[in-house]
Amino acid sequence: MVRTNVKMEMRAVNFYYGNTQALFDVSIAIPEKRVTALIGPSGCGKSTFLRMFNRMNDIIDGTNHTGEVMIDGESIYQNNNSSAELRKKVGMVFQKSNPFPKSIFENVAYGPKIHGIKERTQLQEIVENSLKAAALWEEVKDRLNKNATNLSGGQQQRLCIARALAVEPDILLMDEPASALDPKSTTRIENLISELQKNYTIVIVTHNMQQAARVSNYTAFFYEGHLVEFDKTNKIFTTPIKQQTEDYITGRFG
Amino acid sequence: MRNKKVTEYFLISLIRLVTYIVVAIVGYIIIDIFIKGLPTLSWEFISGFPRRSGAEGGILPAIVGTICLVTGAISVALPLGMTSAIYLTEYAKQGRFKEIIGLAISTLAGVPSIVFGLFGLGLFVLFFGFGASILSGSLTLAFMILPTIIVSSEEALRAVPVTLREGSLALGASKWQTIARNVLPYALPGMFTGSILGIGRAAGETAPILLTVAAFYLPKLPRSIFDQVMALPYHLYVLATQHPEAEKVLPMQYGTALVLLLLVILFNLSAIILRNRFRKKIQW
Repeated sequence: MVRTNVKMEMRAVNFYYGNTQALFDVSIAIPEKRVTALIGPSGCGKSTFLRMFNRMNDIIDGTNHTGEVMIDGESIYQNNNSSAELRKKVGMVFQKSNPFPKSIFENVAYGPKIHGIKERTQLQEIVENSLKAAALWEEVKDRLNKNATNLSGGQQQRLCIARALAVEPDILLMDEPASALDPKSTTRIENLISELQKNYTIVIVTHNMQQAARVSNYTAFFYEGHLVEFDKTNKIFTTPIKQQTEDYITGRFG
Repeated sequence: MRNKKVTEYFLISLIRLVTYIVVAIVGYIIIDIFIKGLPTLSWEFISGFPRRSGAEGGILPAIVGTICLVTGAISVALPLGMTSAIYLTEYAKQGRFKEIIGLAISTLAGVPSIVFGLFGLGLFVLFFGFGASILSGSLTLAFMILPTIIVSSEEALRAVPVTLREGSLALGASKWQTIARNVLPYALPGMFTGSILGIGRAAGETAPILLTVAAFYLPKLPRSIFDQVMALPYHLYVLATQHPEAEKVLPMQYGTALVLLLLVILFNLSAIILRNRFRKKIQW
């Protein structure tokens, strides 16, 4: 067994939306350059957990948390102004693909431009590389100036992945990236995730058990805001320790 | 069963009739103004100066005055309204303070226009010492149409999907970068719609300009924003009620009304074209 470094970590995190607690005493250590899947029934806190790592929960009024969230051993909630810097390092792909109503080129160039890259040739290079990494280049290279909203659902989601890659993150957070896609597009996204795993630490929320089993190295099972079990994916799916995990995986509830 | 059908038929007919009545009233007003106003309409009427206190000649100063006032009001109210709307939708936290602001805006929308006129007289004409001038009048009109512009700008901003904001923030954009690059461009068409409504009101109101800018009879063009001007709605009011020969100047009244109507249509049309041009670029 190859030992891996811990990339992302949570220590005793509680999270609240106003008076409603969404995460209870969650501690976890997520390994570097691996795919970690988050499974569990709707409303169990998977997305909240995911959005802790790029501070996306901050934009919702009335939320707060206790405990520590760390990336590369550094606490990410200490400096209040660092969320933009943090999000440069921690990319995110959303459940519903959200291409900006701009051209394909402008979508991918959006992040680099925000971070101060102005030179056209440099932007072109970044756009091409990002689209290639997201396995979309061949399909769109002749129509980079066309509006991104005209792409198919699967293409849009890969565009969003390319857009996230364009700012050169270490980590990719994916919130059910394939839940709105047809099986063929889903397969493409899954293959892409396996490919990206070589260079990125990926955390993916999924409702699809088979998908979790197919794409991930590690799996975390959440239930009602608690992290019930976290282990190697094959262990979770074959010999889970907790009864709850087994019940969920075998489809007895959820 | 039969009874139910009859009742329903009757109700629908009634609703339809009421709608037709509304259209008929608007149609009647427009057609009446066109028929009675068209004979007066001539190049001399539009480009000439009034003579014998408006009984003869043209209405150029009033046209220029109204254009000045509307342009002035919009160029003050639009930036103010858009900025407030951005603050309210994007920055202000939910709570008592925001509720009070909202209440203030809807109250402002309900203030009678003559009160705006008195407010303008007190603040701009007297206190700031701008006198009765284009500046005072434009500012007064601007405050009057501000609520319309704020409310429709807020709606336009809220119509931009949250997912676009999140997408931008997730790429490491700051809040302001997100608003400037990925929210505002898509909200602009809606904001223009608000200004369209405002323009119509600003051009047509008499009370707010009565005390702050409008001249009874001033057959010359303004040279600066501190000059008084004539304005179409006030000119119409003067011709209809204050003129010694009100009956005789009836054609002049209709001509003025027609020009005012056409001017508002022209303003609205250009705003709509501008809005559509923006909108064409956006799809989601």
